[in-house]
Parts: sequence; structure tokens; C-alpha cells
Amino acid sequence: MADMKMPRHAMPAQDPEVRSHNFNEVALGYTKEMAMEEATRCLGCPKMPCKKGCPVQIDIPAFISKVAEGDFEGAYEVIHRTSNLPAVCGRVCPQESQCEQYCVRGAKGEPVAIGRLERFVADWHNSHATAAPVKPASNGHKVAVIGSGPAGLTCAGDLAKLGYEVTIFEALHKAGGVLVYGIPEFRLPKAIVQQEVDGLKALGVEICTNTVVGKTITIDELMNEKGFEAVFIGSGAGLPKFMNIPGENLNDVYSANEFLTRINLMKAYRDGADTPIKHSMKVAVVGGGNVAMDAARCAKRMGAEVTIVYRRSEKELPARAEEVEHAKEEGIIFHLLTNPVAILGYNNPDDPRDPKNGSVTGIRCIKMELGEPDENGRRRPVEIKGSEFDMEMDCVIMSLGTNPNPLIKNTTKGLDVNKYGGIIVDEDALTSRQGVYAGGDAVTGAATVILAMGAGKQAAASIDAYIKSK
Amino acid sequence: MLMYRIARKKPLNATVTLMDIEAPMVAQKAEPGQFIILRVDEEGERIPLTVAGYDREKGLVTIIFQVVGATTVKLNAKNEGEYLQDFVGPLGNATETEGLKKVAVVGGGVGCAIALPAAQKLHAEGCEVHSIIGFRSKDIVILEDEFRACSDQIKVMTDDGSYGEKGLVTKALEELIQAGNQYDEVIAIGPLLMMKFVCEITKKYNIKTVVSMNPIMIDGTGMCGGCRLTVGGKTKFACVDGPDFDGFQVDFDEAISRGAIYKDFERKAYEEACNLFKKEVK
Repeated sequence: MADMKMPRHAMPAQDPEVRSHNFNEVALGYTKEMAMEEATRCLGCPKMPCKKGCPVQIDIPAFISKVAEGDFEGAYEVIHRTSNLPAVCGRVCPQESQCEQYCVRGAKGEPVAIGRLERFVADWHNSHATAAPVKPASNGHKVAVIGSGPAGLTCAGDLAKLGYEVTIFEALHKAGGVLVYGIPEFRLPKAIVQQEVDGLKALGVEICTNTVVGKTITIDELMNEKGFEAVFIGSGAGLPKFMNIPGENLNDVYSANEFLTRINLMKAYRDGADTPIKHSMKVAVVGGGNVAMDAARCAKRMGAEVTIVYRRSEKELPARAEEVEHAKEEGIIFHLLTNPVAILGYNNPDDPRDPKNGSVTGIRCIKMELGEPDENGRRRPVEIKGSEFDMEMDCVIMSLGTNPNPLIKNTTKGLDVNKYGGIIVDEDALTSRQGVYAGGDAVTGAATVILAMGAGKQAAASIDAYIKSK
Repeated sequence: MLMYRIARKKPLNATVTLMDIEAPMVAQKAEPGQFIILRVDEEGERIPLTVAGYDREKGLVTIIFQVVGATTVKLNAKNEGEYLQDFVGPLGNATETEGLKKVAVVGGGVGCAIALPAAQKLHAEGCEVHSIIGFRSKDIVILEDEFRACSDQIKVMTDDGSYGEKGLVTKALEELIQAGNQYDEVIAIGPLLMMKFVCEITKKYNIKTVVSMNPIMIDGTGMCGGCRLTVGGKTKFACVDGPDFDGFQVDFDEAISRGAIYKDFERKAYEEACNLFKKEVK
């Protein structure tokens, strides 16, 4: 019987003062004892409301009951039936708005820490499992997956388990997509991503890095010349958005994508790294999403005083509450209801060779208030006239989301996109082209890891059905 | 695992090197004007280099680079038969040559390596090509024979007059225009300042001018936005919108400023790399 008195176990974490100076993982994970105790809080509801909140439909009560019994490998088997990346999801899923939101325990108290338990189980498996995954017998059908981010990895994993010969084409030199270039080490250690990628390789998935579909090879060539019967496009979100305000192309203005890629993929934060990055003193991060929090917390770890500038109020911050909380603990300053109108730069008119020319000196902002709700029901921020003010900065990071990448659309005839450039798919993840499926940010625009995984999963099921019906 | 073997290495002058890299998929698709991104080793940075040639049958892509920083020092230390860590492309859009009947191709320094494939393609398509290639001095002249082979007229310029004609490429270009040559287009590839001044000349005569931009990049596929430029008052990404742009619309001063973002870092890294290799030689 579930223990109704026991409170939810807090996640052990590095002290904020310590962690804001290093890139090691912030959350340290449950111990075996904590996990088993926390698992006893689960009521094992027969209707499994938590499962409905999971985009990949993990049988949550079943794995938690295994944890409570101390059968961690058994718990892993339950999760792994439906999720290919549990160590990743246990860390970066917004559980508070998914599985845990529907947990009955949450109605009168705190929900079971499903995400933390998932992470514990995955980490336990990764450090204890001895049996290597077995490559299933090939069914002789070839499927191409474009992009090795969460959508692509999930789709590839599901298809490989069914015996398909899957090849992933990745544009960068390393597999993992946003998991390696975007999400920082302190939130998702890259060794964990590598383990998940290696797991797929053990299932027989081939990964071709340095291959830009749309440039190096096209979808038509993959299908007509290389013998792939179906293609899944999981190429992710694309071009970073800017505000089109004065000063945005000054030297010390980064997109969050660029800043994070330099740090996470290229390891520019390490001494002696080949890839350069600016070491700034005062950094403004414009935006309020998870990516903005990641950029801000990276800048902090590199030694800067960091300010988040966001045009709505705290309630509307799109980032996970936990990320905002962590950022605050680490000393990130929040300038809410504030919007930049210009980035200020240094210019010495007397000396065009002055090395400081083109550098950022500050950011001019205007105060905002919340007006009438927009079509999505979010109250629209409105400028307060005459409230402009300047803040001294030497670096600005724009974290405003992305526009879709046109590379694949432009080189694939008959592939329909919506007015935002996102690929149009039906409920089976099928695009306007026969045999071509898509999912993740390439379809939805910037969203979450788990939604991309859900889409990859759906596409894998659809591709399986399509090829079997041929 | 793909491997990118250095099939040929040939120094063109004291600081400029040519390499043919085995990269069959890239060679299959590469066109003049496009670029590749490479990493020399596991910890290396990603650098873009414009395609200087390709052999589709042999699966080779030619790159020509000047040793200017730590990464190019490391690249130049690799020998024939050795491998590069990563080599991806072709990226960006190809130079548009369709319908052109008479074009002046202006190359400056190592930029000539990028201008050459465009000149060759135009020549092969029957276009009249006038080439103007400029260098600081005689000892760093590169690709002269190759340009001669694909040009109806050629002018070799040196800043100090030690070879060819003394003066800048802009002077030679203006002379050709004043001599009555009516160009459909001028293609200018070289240092940013050179391209800026070429555009100032051609603007006077209202001749469409295409320049090839080579800003700092990371991914080269539109993801990072590091390569952004102001073109016609709008922000453009060199990797997906270019690298060729209408030279009259490009904000060169901003591009020059952005190109120098990591100058201090690069100088230090360059010195360290030079020291490292000197030590290894001893």
C-alpha cells in the first residue's frame, strides 16, 4: 500500500554557489534508497492517468512498482519497451506538464517524482547492465532517417528493433542533434547522449555524420538511387530568429544557437579549446524559454553577470519552472516585462581601426505591461511609452526561437510546408510525399525533446505499416 | 566511418597550399561558389573553405587555403596520405552563370582560388572571360596558368610592381571598362576591402557585381546565425542565402568588423600552434 504520509523526495543537487562555476551536472540523481522509497508513493492507479500524459506512453505504474521491489533492470525493461532515450527524458522532459501533472498524488500534495525515477532507472541500467543489446534479424527493408536529434534517434531505434536496416544522416560531425549542440553538459551530460547513440548502433543503426540532406544528397536520391523505401525527416528547427532592431549584428551579439553550439558541441568553454568564444563580463539574454535559460546559465558559468530580458511577466515564462528556479538560485537576474529596442555599440569616428569599434556597450530596453489576451489567450505585452532605459552590457544573446530551415523543402519536390515553413504532416506523420514522413521541430517549430520523440515514435509505427502494406 | 584522405598536397606559395581531398559524395555535387566545412582533428574547430575545384570521377574536392591561423597551421601540417577528421558539403548556393555572355572575374590573393572555378565554368559555357588577378608581390602569385587557360584576356597585378602590372585590381578593372568593354557582370572574390572597392568602381558604371562572402561560421547549414551579414538593409545568412551576394547591397564595413571578432584569440592560438609545430620539427 502506498505511503500517503511520505513527502516527495527532493533531488540532490550541486550547491548553487559551487555549480555556477562549473559545467558538471546540476542534479545528482536519487540514491537506490531514495528511489525505492519514492516509488512506494505511487498508488498504482489502474487507469494510469500519468501514462496519458506521456508522449511515448511509458507504462509508468509498472516500472515504478519494479523500482519499489528493487528490480531496477526489470523497471528498465518496462521503460525501454516504449522509450529509446530514458536517461535523456528523465533529465530534460517537462514532467510537471506531462506525466506528473496527471498524477493523482498531485491533487492533494506533490506528485510522484516520475521523471527522477525514470532517470534513476536509466542510470542504474547504464552503469550495471552487462548484456549488450542484441541486433534483431534484418527484415531486408531500408529506411533513411534525416537528423540524429531526439525525433530521429527515436524513429531509428523503433524501426531497428523491428528489423529494419536504418541509416541516420546527420549534418554535423557528431550524432545527437540538439542533445549535443543545444542542451548544456550541466543539464544533460554528453556521455549519456553518447551511450544512447551507441545503444542504437548496437541495434544495427548506421550513422552517417557530415551528410547534409538537401546538399550532399537529396531525398529523391535516397529513395530512387540508394534503395531506401521510406524516409523520416527529423531535421529539427532551423534558422535563429532575430528582432530586427538596431545593433543586432554588432560583434558581441550571438544567437542562442551559436552561443550554445560553441560551448556544447565545440567545447569552447574549456581552456585551450580550438573554437573561440567571447568571455564577457555582463551578458543580456533576450527571451524566456528553456534555450534562454540554458544560454544564461552557460554565460554565468563562464564568469559573467547575466540578465534575462523577457517581455512578459514571470507567469508567462515559457521555460520549465525548474529551469527558472535553477537559474535564479545561480544568481541570474530577471528583467521581466522588459523588451529591447536597440543594442548599443562602440564606435570611434576618429579612428576606424579602433579595435573596440563594433563591440557591444549596452542594451536599450522599454518597459512593458500586459494588455488584452491574444489569439492564444496569452496577454499581449504592450510598451509603456517613454519608459526606455539603458543597461550596460558587453554581450547580448538573442534567444527568440527559430524559423524552419529551407534546405530540405527547397530540394524536395512536392513536399508541402505551412506558412511558417514547417513541414505539413497528417496524424500518421506522413508528408505530402509518399513514403516520406516527418516529425519534431521540423514540423512543429521549436518544441520539446519528448514531443519530438513522440513524433519519431508515431512515424516509426506508420513507416512499419506502410512498408508492410506495400 | 567516412574518412577524408588527402590525396594530393601541393604548396602554391610560401603560405598558400592546395589539397585534393577524397570526399566522393561532396565531389559529386560541388559547384563553383559553394563551400565545405572541415575539421582537422577530433578537438578541431569547424572552418569553412570555398571549393577550389572538384573531380567527380575520382571523387576529389580541391581546397586551397592560406596559413593564417591555428587551424590552417594544423591543416598545413598534414601530409599526403593522411586523413582529415571531418569534411562536409557542398554547402551554400552555386555561383549563377546562366545567360552571361561577357564577365570580368576579379580575384585577390588567395581569393583567386575561389574565383578560378567560376571563371572556368563561364569559359566552358562559352562566356567571354576577362580575368584580373591581384597579389602583393611576385613571390605569392598563384594559379596564373590556370587563369590564362580559361580567360580571353588576363591582367596580373602586383601591389609593388614586381610582376605583371603595378597597381590594384580596381585600377585594371576600371581601365578595361574605360576601354569600352561592356560586361554583363563582374565577379569579385578576395579580401573584403578589395571587394568593397571593386563595388565602388562598378557602381559608377552600373555593372552588376557579385561578391563571395566568407564570414565566421560554425555549422554552415543555417542553424547558428554566426555568418549573418546585412545585405540590402536585411540580415542574411551567408551559409544558406549566399555565399554569393549582390555586392552593391552588402554592408562591407559591418562584415569587416564581424570578421575580426576573434582576432585576439586567433593571434594567440596561431602563435601557440606555430610554436608547437616548431618544437615538433626540432
